[in-house]
Amino acid sequence: MRYMDEYRDPQLAHEYAELLAKITTRDWTIMEVCGGQTHAILKFGIDTLLPEQITLLHGPGCPVCVTPIELIDKAIEIAMHPTVIMTSFGDMMRVPGSSTDLLATKASGGDVRMVYSPMDAVALARNNPHKQVVFFAVGFETTAPATAMAVHIAKSEGLTNFSLLVAHVLVPPAVEAILSAPERRVNAFLAAGHVCTVMGYDEYIPIAKKYGVPFVVTGFEPLDILQGITMCVAQLEEGRAEVENQYARAVQQAGNIPAKSLLERVFMPTNRRWRGIGEIPMSGAGLRPEYADYDAENRFGMAQPKSEVASECMSGTVLQGLIKPDQCPAFGVRCNPEHPLGATMVSSEGACAAYYRYRKNEA
Amino acid sequence: MCLAVPGKIISIMGDDPFTRTGKISFGGIIKEANLAYVPEAKVDDYVLVHVGFALNIVDEAEAHQVFDYLRQMGELDELNPESGG
Repeated sequence: MRYMDEYRDPQLAHEYAELLAKITTRDWTIMEVCGGQTHAILKFGIDTLLPEQITLLHGPGCPVCVTPIELIDKAIEIAMHPTVIMTSFGDMMRVPGSSTDLLATKASGGDVRMVYSPMDAVALARNNPHKQVVFFAVGFETTAPATAMAVHIAKSEGLTNFSLLVAHVLVPPAVEAILSAPERRVNAFLAAGHVCTVMGYDEYIPIAKKYGVPFVVTGFEPLDILQGITMCVAQLEEGRAEVENQYARAVQQAGNIPAKSLLERVFMPTNRRWRGIGEIPMSGAGLRPEYADYDAENRFGMAQPKSEVASECMSGTVLQGLIKPDQCPAFGVRCNPEHPLGATMVSSEGACAAYYRYRKNEA
Repeated sequence: MCLAVPGKIISIMGDDPFTRTGKISFGGIIKEANLAYVPEAKVDDYVLVHVGFALNIVDEAEAHQVFDYLRQMGELDELNPESGG
């Protein structure tokens, strides 16, 4: 097995669709909180295979999309320092701040570089001792262990010219925010597989119990997603609200213990504003005091909270699953990947970008 | 963002727990990944790699679950007289 193609068998996908049609007796709404799953659903047309009673909603599963404007502005401000090399993942480069983005900052003379891994940023710091290398760290729990290792290694090597602008966010507090909203429509969640590869799934057990919603830890290939949906529907139809694991080949209940222990050592939960949604308590990861010297916000001055710029963009309602991207009046008309109104149209994992790429012609 | 791709470890370099590195083949394309988070990983294991880090060894025994579940649910359905199947 190569653990990819096998999970894309169209015949088995249709068998899953038939099974779902048989077991579904009522309307159910299921949310995924992972941009990778959102893209797979649209790319492979998984939503078109489902019985009419099942609605898939796309949650705030794109960490780039929820990075608050003030942090992007801060990254841009730091990138304009003549001694700074600003690094981040490619996805972050074109996300609009309040007036510009990192790519445009590079065009106007800032040293902005795309990296594949935070370790590449550490290597840049090692090789450029006269420059300050900043890694703009974005991502969920899946990505945070890489950032944690980067700062841990920088500290153990005594690199004084490396720092982090931390925008890491945590999934369970966002899920709770969605569940406690008065207009909540979600009956069950597909829990993001790779977040759980790192964290395990114990955190969801009290949430499933408190709100009476099933969670199924789910992978990223079409058959994974179809099985995850089937397991959700089976629970809903039977009146159960448990945490189950579809993605056992990659997820153990306790998660990845060495990764969790380094995360614990480097980061602590902190309040964080989510773009388009607002502040969610304890939903961000911030550096612990022992790593404060590596915090770019300390090194270059704190980011000033800004009120969100008034815009036609409805990404906040999209991110909360209240509307689908193609229900936004600006979708495909005044908003497209070339001229995005918001981050969800920019990031390769944003729900609006996925709908634009795979569904534009049907709109 | 949370994309992690399965690849096969073809060699391992170093023994420092934080910087142990593997050469990983993704269908023939070779990239390096840090193995600190999979200390028990060995050559020929499949690992899931995300931003330069292996996050997990793919569990071969569990890899068939998605096919087994479908078969079991299908068999249950056939046992159910109300399903008409």
